[in-house]
Amino acid sequence: MIELTGVQRTYFVGGSPVYALRELNLSIASGEYVTIMGPSGSGKSTLLHILGCLDRPDSGSYRFAGEETARLTDVQLSCLRRDQIGFVFQFFHLVPRLTSAGNVELPMVFAGVPPEERRRRARRALEVVGLSARAGHRPDQLSGGEQQRVAIARAIVMNPALLLADEPTGNLDSGSGREIVNLIEAMNQGGLTLIVVTHDPTIGERARRHIHLADGVVVSDERPAALTSRPGGHAGEKGLA
Amino acid sequence: MRPADLLLFAAGALRGHRLRTFLSLLGVAIGVASVILLTSLGEGARLYVTGEFASLGANLLIIIPGKTETKGLAPLVSTAPHDLTRQDAEALLQRVRSVRRVAPLAVGTASVSAEERSREVTVVGATHDILEIRHLKMASGRFLPADLPEAAVCVLGARVQRELFHGQNPLGRLVRIGEWRFRVIGVIAPRGTSIGMDMDEVVEIPVDTALRLFNRSSLYRILAEVGSHEDIPQAEQASVRVLRERHAGQEDITILTQDSVLATFNQILRALTAALAGIAAISLGVAGLGIMNVMLVSVSERTREVGLLKAVGVTYRQVVAVFLVEAAILSSAGGGLGLLAGLGAGRFLQRLYPEFPISPPDWAVPVALAVSCSVGLVFGILPARNAARLDPVQALTRGKA
Repeated sequence: MIELTGVQRTYFVGGSPVYALRELNLSIASGEYVTIMGPSGSGKSTLLHILGCLDRPDSGSYRFAGEETARLTDVQLSCLRRDQIGFVFQFFHLVPRLTSAGNVELPMVFAGVPPEERRRRARRALEVVGLSARAGHRPDQLSGGEQQRVAIARAIVMNPALLLADEPTGNLDSGSGREIVNLIEAMNQGGLTLIVVTHDPTIGERARRHIHLADGVVVSDERPAALTSRPGGHAGEKGLA
Repeated sequence: MRPADLLLFAAGALRGHRLRTFLSLLGVAIGVASVILLTSLGEGARLYVTGEFASLGANLLIIIPGKTETKGLAPLVSTAPHDLTRQDAEALLQRVRSVRRVAPLAVGTASVSAEERSREVTVVGATHDILEIRHLKMASGRFLPADLPEAAVCVLGARVQRELFHGQNPLGRLVRIGEWRFRVIGVIAPRGTSIGMDMDEVVEIPVDTALRLFNRSSLYRILAEVGSHEDIPQAEQASVRVLRERHAGQEDITILTQDSVLATFNQILRALTAALAGIAAISLGVAGLGIMNVMLVSVSERTREVGLLKAVGVTYRQVVAVFLVEAAILSSAGGGLGLLAGLGAGRFLQRLYPEFPISPPDWAVPVALAVSCSVGLVFGILPARNAARLDPVQALTRGKA
């Protein structure tokens, strides 16, 4: 599903180049559960943004579902994000003036989904994340965990193939963090490809595949088979945040 | 994306900042209201002046004895002009087809006295038709009789009547004009202020009587009323021909029309209205800058929202559309408000000054609304493009708590 070959991304900070990603090769199959870990500045956020088509590589190739993304126009990339990719962010990024239902409906509003269908699908998505009772609340009336669950409902409401989570528990207490991780893992079990960026090893170890980045290159890519059968195992007890 | 959803989304964003929205809307409202009000005043001035001219008679030819040459050499042999007579006036009425009415006038000043009071007054010798030509109305009694051009009767202007008779009924009383005595048969209704001769300040007597009273042989002038405005040039030429024939082939009269004067006034006052509109339009421009400012603030406050929109697949054009529609809502709502305020203020002034016509020219309302809407679109472009050009990665990570 995801094929990165020789991906390079360089920023210029104060005139000197910063190599965020260097000749990175990576392929992820459909339905996988991958965590990307590494210290600050290792390039993991840059990688996530490129995977989510929010950023483009300077060189190298990124094929999404067989399609070379470098050849897509901005509008086509927007459609790809809209239909194929869901994002969950550390700071939730809910629109403060909209209710939970309104926030979940947002991608559908801009996709031109008729209001009746929008309401039905938003209600369904909020049910999935267990927030039906909070549909009419605005973000400032919700706890952090609830806000993140609204964000997850928004990320899945367009039925994407890929869910990208950037430090999804980074701003939550351990209890809420555990619930969030359980929620997105459940979606992965439903067939959704899940990629989580985190610097928290307890979350990182839960995935079936761990990728460690340092200085813009993959330093390890492990598939500890032992853990695949026990999601929610020992990691929960140690606390997440 | 459905247009209704776009509107709802933009309106929702504006509702989030009520005070800011209201203030920038107010800027446009003031601009539009001032355009409407100032052009109403300019148009009112134009209507007032042309109305006054029309009340003097827009279809009038004014025939004056003597030729005033404004170009060419002075004639080598100077001939005294022929008298302009009542027969000349009669000939115009008979022979120039488009002339409907004529009013021969003889004007002089005389001391008018009633009992022990007396004053100097302009005495107008006229005929019955002057009543229609000058659109005069009678306050009491009747006007000069049509069939008795030499009768010793007079009609008083409203102020003359007030000053000589102190509100007593003057009808049937005798006044002395110069050496002669006249019977008062009517009083003219007051006209108020009016361009031209103040009809409140005159005494009218039959024209033949006036000629003898002032011992003159020539009329002061002849007013000829033609059927319609379009007939004026033709009537002017025909009148010159008739009078030249009657005056032994000499063209010794001057004809004035109200037309040229009126056209000039019209032009000046239209220009005035346009200038007022221009001045008011400056305030619309300032209001546009206000909208731009508010939208720029809004974009920078909502950087993360824009980042999120891009992340969920909102296109460049859609982001531009969202912010443009917000700006357009601000300016068109302001325009609507300003239109109501401008028309309302016009109504209010109209009530204060009922004799002065206050209404915006036909073009002002649609133009003001169109301009106010486009102000939002024009001044919204820069902020909207700023928003749409935001890099999603930077937009999402900016302002992390």
